[in-house]
Amino acid sequence: MALLEVKELAVQFGEFKAVDRISYQVEQGQVVGIVGESGSGKSVSSLAIMGLIDFPGKVTANALHFDGHDLKTISEKARRRIVGADVAMIFQDPMTSLNPCFTVGYQIMEAIKIHHGGSKKQRRERAIKLLNCVGIPDPANRLNVYPHQLSGGMSQRVMIAIAIACNPKLLIADEPTTALDVTIQGQIIELLLDLQKKDNMALVLITHDLALVAEAAHKIIVMYAGQIVEIGDAEVIFKSPLHPYTQALLNSLPEFTQDKQRLASLSGVVPGKYDRPHGCLLNPRCPYADKQCKTVEPILHARSENRQVKCHYPLSPEGNPSYE
Amino acid sequence: MFQFLLKRFGVLIPTFLGVTILTFVFVHLIPGDPVLIMAGERGLSPERHAELMAQLGLDKPLYQQYFNYLIGIFHGDLGVSFKSQIPVWEEFVPRFKATFELGMSAMVFAVFFGIPIGVLAAVKRGSIFDHTAISLSLTGYSMPIFWWGMMLVMLVSVHLNLTPVSGRVSDMLFLDDSNPLTGFMLIDTLFWGEEGDFIDAVQHLILPSIVLGTIPLAVIVRMTRSAMLEVLNEDYIRTARAKGVSRWRIIMVHALRNAMIPVVTIIGLQVGSMLAGAILTETVFSWPGIGRWLIDSLQRRDYPVVQSGVLIVATLIILVNLVIDMLYGIINPRIRHKK
Ligand SMILES: Nc1ncnc2c1ncn2[C@@H]1O[C@H](COP(=O)(O)OP(=O)(O)OP(=O)(O)O)[C@@H](O)[C@H]1O
Ligand SMILES: [Mg+2]
Repeated sequence: MALLEVKELAVQFGEFKAVDRISYQVEQGQVVGIVGESGSGKSVSSLAIMGLIDFPGKVTANALHFDGHDLKTISEKARRRIVGADVAMIFQDPMTSLNPCFTVGYQIMEAIKIHHGGSKKQRRERAIKLLNCVGIPDPANRLNVYPHQLSGGMSQRVMIAIAIACNPKLLIADEPTTALDVTIQGQIIELLLDLQKKDNMALVLITHDLALVAEAAHKIIVMYAGQIVEIGDAEVIFKSPLHPYTQALLNSLPEFTQDKQRLASLSGVVPGKYDRPHGCLLNPRCPYADKQCKTVEPILHARSENRQVKCHYPLSPEGNPSYE
Repeated sequence: MFQFLLKRFGVLIPTFLGVTILTFVFVHLIPGDPVLIMAGERGLSPERHAELMAQLGLDKPLYQQYFNYLIGIFHGDLGVSFKSQIPVWEEFVPRFKATFELGMSAMVFAVFFGIPIGVLAAVKRGSIFDHTAISLSLTGYSMPIFWWGMMLVMLVSVHLNLTPVSGRVSDMLFLDDSNPLTGFMLIDTLFWGEEGDFIDAVQHLILPSIVLGTIPLAVIVRMTRSAMLEVLNEDYIRTARAKGVSRWRIIMVHALRNAMIPVVTIIGLQVGSMLAGAILTETVFSWPGIGRWLIDSLQRRDYPVVQSGVLIVATLIILVNLVIDMLYGIINPRIRHKK
């Protein structure tokens, strides 16, 4: 059984569907990339899995299983035992994600204390080990430092240390490098992948930068306007995208357009609360949309093993729509 | 931290000088002649008047009077009351203790109730409790102290007969001077009073504390609530939740600590305005503190008392703010580390 199984997960804020019936699985030790533009529901869907969506947000799902637990029916107390221990999450902006009033050491040791207990000395040793693990020099002294004394890259390393403090089986990294310098970005991703390999931890890497997950991820999930539009193994998706949206994302990357002619990237933005179109949500922006796309919503269907697409006219390997 | 303190003390001296000038000018701007007021209805001859003016040093030009006053201050001499001929400082201390006792107890009341109510209102945002807390604190904030004090006395003391009407202790209460009395009724009655004296002092303190504490209470409730609401939306709260921290711990540890930063500042600012409130409260409850003392002296144009009294009070407020700033540094690491 998969480590994480999500079926028809939906998150609504009033009438607005921030996440619209998404289903996917994460296996143990797997690296899954979730990509999509800003506002496509990547963060909200992950927060829903962590149980961090507050009223008035409404989470529904047909199934939400993690490591043998049913997250849908689990008690709040039992959820807290899992969250932070077996499944952990790091966030986009490390500078604001650490509590300014407490030392780095306190914030790491708190996670250990909640889930593992142990003596103060043991927790301290573990915290030093963790800081060492995430590549922070002079870890013993860094324990006493406050977050404002750290750079963005260092803060994100501390966030990672907190997240892996209890050896999670799944780590969700929500755009962990967006707020960081380009030079630091690579280091942080590398660190995450190192840790992932070392402990055979599953890693969900959320990003709007396809290039970031190109090499690292086993599986790619492409999201648009709260829906999954394409799922596939990383190599296959990069070679021949099935969905026009994936194609557009790829075309916006210089690395992938060398031998193909570069298409103009999609104009417009992700539909928000008031401008959700009929039919396929991409149709106002899709260069291939026809009448059917404007009226009938396509369903996410399997094309081959591990390969799903939500499009009436999935693209051929040459990159052309397959009108019947 | 040391540099921080040094800078704060540096500001203290000009502020201090400014206060002396202001009080001096204002006191002398008020029309009225202290000698004439002292003489009362009988009046007095012009010769005797001039003689008395010279005796009090009031015949000299104003600037010279000011410098004499200033020199006195730097020698630790705050002047002598025209009326009682007692040094201002000696008059000040026991009255200040009365005010301090009242102010502290009012502040304890305000903080003790204000912070939990504010936190609860924020956590239960939009609930009936929240709405009640907001509207009550708005009412409390705009309550005229004088009227509010009177109403409470009428209801609680006169009508329900639950607490005494005025004063610090009952007239019958006797404290033996041979004990090392502190001047704080709660302490004195607790250690050297007879049985029931302490309760008596507490009963006298309740209503004035509520009256004086009402505005700070309202301010603290609103500030705590809004600070908590803001903090609870911060990213680091989400991080704490993602760590599996319990809801209670998130509120009491992660959020409250951050929310206290603006609340402590507000508490400090309230100390100043509480002194104004103390004057009214002390009048309503015949509380023998500096509020009443200053008002009485002002009416008598007792220049030394008013000048030095205001100066001491102003200095105290500055010192309180200094302490608050230090507290602020303790709560907020970002301030502490700023060079
Ligand atoms: N608490 C909320 N209340 C109402 N709408 C929300 C709330 N949180 C998120 N949304 C909306 O849900 C949609 C999806 O947001 P989400 O943060 O998941 O996007 P994202 O894919 O993570 O984008 P980004 O790349 O900018 O992080 C957005 O339109 C956002 O405005
Ligand atoms: Mg996001």
